[in-house]
Amino acid sequence: MNFLSLFVLVPALMMMGLFVSRNRKQIQFVTATGATLLMILSGVITFMYLTERAVGNVAEMLFTADTVWYAPFNIHYSVGIDGISVAMLLLTSIIVFTGVFASWKIDPLPKEFFLWYCLLSIGVYGFFISTDLFTMFLYYEVALIPMYLLIGVWGSGRKEYGAMKLTLILMGGSALLLVGILGIYYQSGATSMNLYEIAKTTIPIQAQYYLFPLTFIGFGVLGALFPFHTWSPDGHASAPTAVSMLHAGVLMKLGGYGAFRVAIYLMPQAAHELAWIFLILTGISVVYGAFSAIVQTDLKYINAYSSVSHCGLVLFAILMLNQTAMTGAILQMLSHGLMTALFFALIGMIYGRTHTRLITEMSGLMKVLPFLGVSYVIAGLASLGLPSLSGFVAEMTIFVGAFQETDTFHRVLTIVACTSIVITAVYILRVVGKILFGVIQDEHHKHLTDATWFERISVVTLIAAIFVLGSAPFWISNMIGESVLPVITQLAK
Amino acid sequence: MDYSSFLQMTEEFSLLAVMVILLVYDIFAGEKSHRYFQPVALILFAAHTLLTCIPREAFNIAGGMFQYVPMQTYVKTILNIGTLIVLLQAHKFLNDDSNYIKRGEFYFLTLSTLLGMYFMISSGNFLMFFIGLETASIPMATLVAFDKYNKKSAEAGAKYILSAVFASSISLFGISLIYGTTGTLYFNDIATLFTGTPLQLMAFVFFAVGLFFKISLVPFHLWTPDVYEGAQTNITSYLSVISKGAAVFVLFTLLVKVFGNIISDWQPILYGLAVVSITVANVFAIRQQNLKRFLAFSSISQAGYILLAIISGTALGMASLVYFVLVYMFSNLAAFGVLSVIEQKTGKVQMTDYNGLYQTNPKLSFVMMIALFSLAGIPPFAGFFSKFFIFSAAAQQGFYVLVFIALLNTIISLYYYLLVIKAMFLNANENPIEKVTSDFPAKISLVICTIGIMIVGIISTFYNQIAVFSFSM
Repeated sequence: MNFLSLFVLVPALMMMGLFVSRNRKQIQFVTATGATLLMILSGVITFMYLTERAVGNVAEMLFTADTVWYAPFNIHYSVGIDGISVAMLLLTSIIVFTGVFASWKIDPLPKEFFLWYCLLSIGVYGFFISTDLFTMFLYYEVALIPMYLLIGVWGSGRKEYGAMKLTLILMGGSALLLVGILGIYYQSGATSMNLYEIAKTTIPIQAQYYLFPLTFIGFGVLGALFPFHTWSPDGHASAPTAVSMLHAGVLMKLGGYGAFRVAIYLMPQAAHELAWIFLILTGISVVYGAFSAIVQTDLKYINAYSSVSHCGLVLFAILMLNQTAMTGAILQMLSHGLMTALFFALIGMIYGRTHTRLITEMSGLMKVLPFLGVSYVIAGLASLGLPSLSGFVAEMTIFVGAFQETDTFHRVLTIVACTSIVITAVYILRVVGKILFGVIQDEHHKHLTDATWFERISVVTLIAAIFVLGSAPFWISNMIGESVLPVITQLAK
Repeated sequence: MDYSSFLQMTEEFSLLAVMVILLVYDIFAGEKSHRYFQPVALILFAAHTLLTCIPREAFNIAGGMFQYVPMQTYVKTILNIGTLIVLLQAHKFLNDDSNYIKRGEFYFLTLSTLLGMYFMISSGNFLMFFIGLETASIPMATLVAFDKYNKKSAEAGAKYILSAVFASSISLFGISLIYGTTGTLYFNDIATLFTGTPLQLMAFVFFAVGLFFKISLVPFHLWTPDVYEGAQTNITSYLSVISKGAAVFVLFTLLVKVFGNIISDWQPILYGLAVVSITVANVFAIRQQNLKRFLAFSSISQAGYILLAIISGTALGMASLVYFVLVYMFSNLAAFGVLSVIEQKTGKVQMTDYNGLYQTNPKLSFVMMIALFSLAGIPPFAGFFSKFFIFSAAAQQGFYVLVFIALLNTIISLYYYLLVIKAMFLNANENPIEKVTSDFPAKISLVICTIGIMIVGIISTFYNQIAVFSFSM
């Protein structure tokens, strides 16, 4: 039993704790303790990882462990982490922690809510620590299904439609993925489903031509790749706050992470050959998402479309196939995860008070809700890339990396994608101006109360993380950069 | 002749002993001791299950009529556990005033069909196989019509017997052609003599139809929804799991052992049947409002998935198939168990009746939910693993397109399984089904199923055990 498995074990223990807890106090105790423990755990892991690297351990994956699970299929339960997984684990812990506090007073059925919430986090954590294709896929699917009930029962608006749409489209993605995984395993002739064992073999190029699109689209569906992104706005808009946070903040990153780890890493030749098709699609995602966000009037829809745009940027940067851009992609995953979680948390809090999410029905909220208002401005500024906040670091790295590709095709696409920064500014500033400033029109809004202590914990944690990533990015970007190298070597083969 | 070799058929003799004891008990016991009939029957059957669950060395007796391989013990044990669960679920139904007097028959008939399946599984000769098939079919028809004053049940019984006899006669015709072209009925001899001449291919197709009917693959499925709906729920669950499980195993062994020479001929047939069964059944399942019909179509599509394991024709496929049947048994019996508990209390089987079930019956809703998730192939439940393994077995032989079609169908199936979950958890209802307390045996059966669904996937011992013997087949 490797200690990385604690990341899966702690949420499982939380579920058991929840199962026996009888009232809201106990539920809050269990979830808060568990989430704090996960935070501490990911801090410790980061520290251990950095010390291990500092003493000169250059293995691709650290803290690996391997247990045979299903011998006839060469399925192992194998775990291990590199800099990218560490970054993702940190992100997940922050989001899970803040999500617990953002849904402190969830109603109805708090116990069931957190049971599903913990199952969801088991899936996410498990995905980031696994190095075996089967285990990865297993966790990926574990993360998908709780969404249906979380959105369907605790959501708002057209929740049944949104939940069904999200579940079915994501299942469609995982169907492509499963064929891809089986194909990779059998075509490579490897005697193990371990990623790093398969990477040592070469998959025949004819097979790569159909396996690469299968896996890339399979993961891309979760990463909101155009035209498979349509689940995202409806799903996120109807999900309850903590679920939107976890889903947009972490689950969508599973897509980028998987595309990077499985599609690009295992099939480098096809990646070189076919990248252009997906670059065009991601380019469309980036610009189309941003433009769609401009015309929305529902706060959650605005943020959901902006997520499509930002997650499109992640896939876009991965497909540039160079080290700088890929590092930028991982940084963008972190940055977008934190920002979007903050946005969804704030939107949830504002909605809980005003009972509307339409920007036409709100104005002047800064006067009554100063804390939430200021936080919203910070989130907005991070989103449009203000230096010293996380968005700047990520987007800067991405575009610097993208400009390293000097041919016309890449240049044009990069410039097109760059325009999204401007469009982002348009929709962010429009919302901030409309709902926070001006005169309060709705009488009812004059008597709103500002954030409570548990809401503040959640918001402050996220803002702090955004600041840290934005103002001291080098330790983390170095950690990511050196972990991207194996993929670059693979691509040079 | 040395009759002592017969004693090697321990599974069959043990089951026969249980049946005879129960028959005698039922006939000669007085009013008072009759009260203990069901507990005694259940304990006897459980003891039989336990005593016969250890695989032995392979052997042939009666000149190759009866062929035993260790794998069969696993299959028979799976069928035993399934039957035990069904009997536990039927406990309350059999204690009703109208059925009290017929309890003996119920047990005797159920166990006879099981005995038929045993012989079908272990047969080494087509005559033996046919006797097993009929022993499994005819009492089944009686069971389907068990509730004889219920019109639907009687109708279902008639439908079942007519279609079953029709299918068996086609099968028998196929067997006679096989005999005509090869001059033997022994599996081992046919395996070498079967070379795939046009007449032999025709013989094979005629023969296989009988089994396709048993497994209820499209287009031989038309009896399934009506019979499932008309029969008493516990019998439906028996029909959908045990009878089907035995038939798919036999189909696999026959295709590989007897018709191995014409693998390139039967693979396309199964390919087509798999695609059609999965797709048609899924599309029809979406529209069902009656949950028994709904589960009928779901079980047809599951049968289609099983073909993916068969089509590979490899040892890996065999292990995956037996494992799939094991998981499918737990999942389907859990779903039917909830259905029967609620139906016996309230008589409600429509999907709209289940609206808001979670408010009043959280535990039953939970069991139903994990059963459906397992059927849909969602981790961490066992159904995910079994689906993955059959897909893997098919992909290993290069059937990527088939796997892809099957996977696209899992999306449709997830949709309709979610409809039931939506009804239970999401839909509001002014007056949902009142709180139902299930009787003790039904509770045990649901607990067994739930534990099965939870651990059979995560703990790999089950699959690995099965795989050990499938490779020695």
